[in-house]
Amino acid sequence: MEAAAEPGNLAGVRHIILVLSGKGGVGKSTISTELALALRHAGKKVGILDVDLCGPSIPRMLRVQGKAVHQCDSGWVPVFVDQEQSISLMSVGFLLEKPDEAVVWRGPKKNALIKQFVSDVAWGQLDYLVVDTPPGTSDEHMAVVDALRPYSPLGALVVTTPQAVSVGDVRRELTFCKKVGLRVIGVVENMSGFVCPHCEGRRRGAGQTRWSPLPGLCAPGP
Amino acid sequence: MEEVPHDCPGVSSAQAGRGASCQGCPNQGLCASGAAAAPDPAIEEIKEKMKTVKHKILVLSGKGGVGKSTFSAHLAHGLAEDENTQVALLDIDICGPSIPKIMGLEGEQVHQSGSGWSPVFLEDNLGVMSVGFLLSSPDDAVIWRGPKKNGMIKQFLRDVDWGEVDYLIVDTPPGTSDEHLSAVQYLAAAHIDGAVIITTPQEVSLQDVRKEINFCHKVKLPIIGVVENMSGFTCPKCQESQIFLPTTGGAEVMCRDLKVPLLGKVPLDPRIGKSCDKGESFFAEAPDSPATLAYRSIIQRIQESCSLRQPKGENLVGS
Repeated sequence: MEAAAEPGNLAGVRHIILVLSGKGGVGKSTISTELALALRHAGKKVGILDVDLCGPSIPRMLRVQGKAVHQCDSGWVPVFVDQEQSISLMSVGFLLEKPDEAVVWRGPKKNALIKQFVSDVAWGQLDYLVVDTPPGTSDEHMAVVDALRPYSPLGALVVTTPQAVSVGDVRRELTFCKKVGLRVIGVVENMSGFVCPHCEGRRRGAGQTRWSPLPGLCAPGP
Repeated sequence: MEEVPHDCPGVSSAQAGRGASCQGCPNQGLCASGAAAAPDPAIEEIKEKMKTVKHKILVLSGKGGVGKSTFSAHLAHGLAEDENTQVALLDIDICGPSIPKIMGLEGEQVHQSGSGWSPVFLEDNLGVMSVGFLLSSPDDAVIWRGPKKNGMIKQFLRDVDWGEVDYLIVDTPPGTSDEHLSAVQYLAAAHIDGAVIITTPQEVSLQDVRKEINFCHKVKLPIIGVVENMSGFTCPKCQESQIFLPTTGGAEVMCRDLKVPLLGKVPLDPRIGKSCDKGESFFAEAPDSPATLAYRSIIQRIQESCSLRQPKGENLVGS
């Protein structure tokens, strides 16, 4: 159905990174945001695409909640989070009439919006597009992988915490990446221990690290 | 591959099957005949099945990782401590089924009998069902779109032989999407007592949880109350507790603003995570922890709320 796409709105995007986790609450949005800020610090132009339609966290993290999205000839203009326009962001959060409005959509409608976010946002010239996803291996993930496939994403950054409960879900996410042919750039273990801001006592995380990469899933290259 | 057209008017719309965007859709004939808008017969079947279940509680959160599964599991443990109370725990997080690990039941298999699927029993009075028990390997990914997930949830509600149950606890994934809509729709005729909504004190969680509360209002799901999890942390070395402070007032302010009950606050105890990893009850591991006391108080409030909502005149089969 989809022909190899004309470059369109992603023509000027050099690298696309998906941030995934099977598990909720491990820090995907936090890491997506910090990654974008770090890349900006390194002089890069970065876009962030937030495809968590039910729980869009990125606008608040970059202090642009409540901003409006405008249209131009090529489609939607992403929201710039800084004066220099070095980080741009698109999120369903900008399309809600009220911030507490729930997006109560089933799969097909979510898929349609994600396709629009990929093809109808005028990203312009970007060094990196960071795609933040909701937890799981379902509609949003399949939709965004399908929509981005013609643009050869660099790969996926998979986020976990040390707890076995997280690692279990993340191993499933790695299986998803393998099944859909998405290269895994690597895994980030977030909340890996705790440093008390008062006494600077260092504690290991509440679980022992059970992480052992599955052979063949974390290897670089296609 | 697209299953429905980009601007599908919706199966229950007056335009279903008739709109311009319906041309070429594989379901066009079904929608045009009105069959797709007819109520699903499973709803009545599930109502019948649920007649042996006294109380149904959904555990929700807009936000991931706040402790829904941890709370669901410990609600089940707490209720089941009374051996005369029959408890059922249903995990409808199809993509990320955590309940088998947290309950120490990883690797267990589900059996079929003449009366349906048998749940996995942790105790005589505590049965558990999860898609996790149906996977051949723990690394298997369930990569399903909405309609297939909905089908699984329908089966869980209709085909599992729970027997006579005092409390059915339904653990959900984060969000406000297919799984949540399906659970509410399939249980619509069976009277859900209400939702327990889990949050953490951070505004990033609260902003998602406010959406979840709005979802409950939209689908007319009563809210039993909100639990603030990971509510404060005491450094074990210096005993400082002013560490993860809420920046916008936490669940207390949100509950006041939205007029929903705050059931309680559970402090962050690192032993909770460890117990979940080991598949053991935290109550047994740390019976004197402030977190255990908080859990017990919240469980009691939930029981009180459920007993107030006891439907009148329904022929509930007792044990």
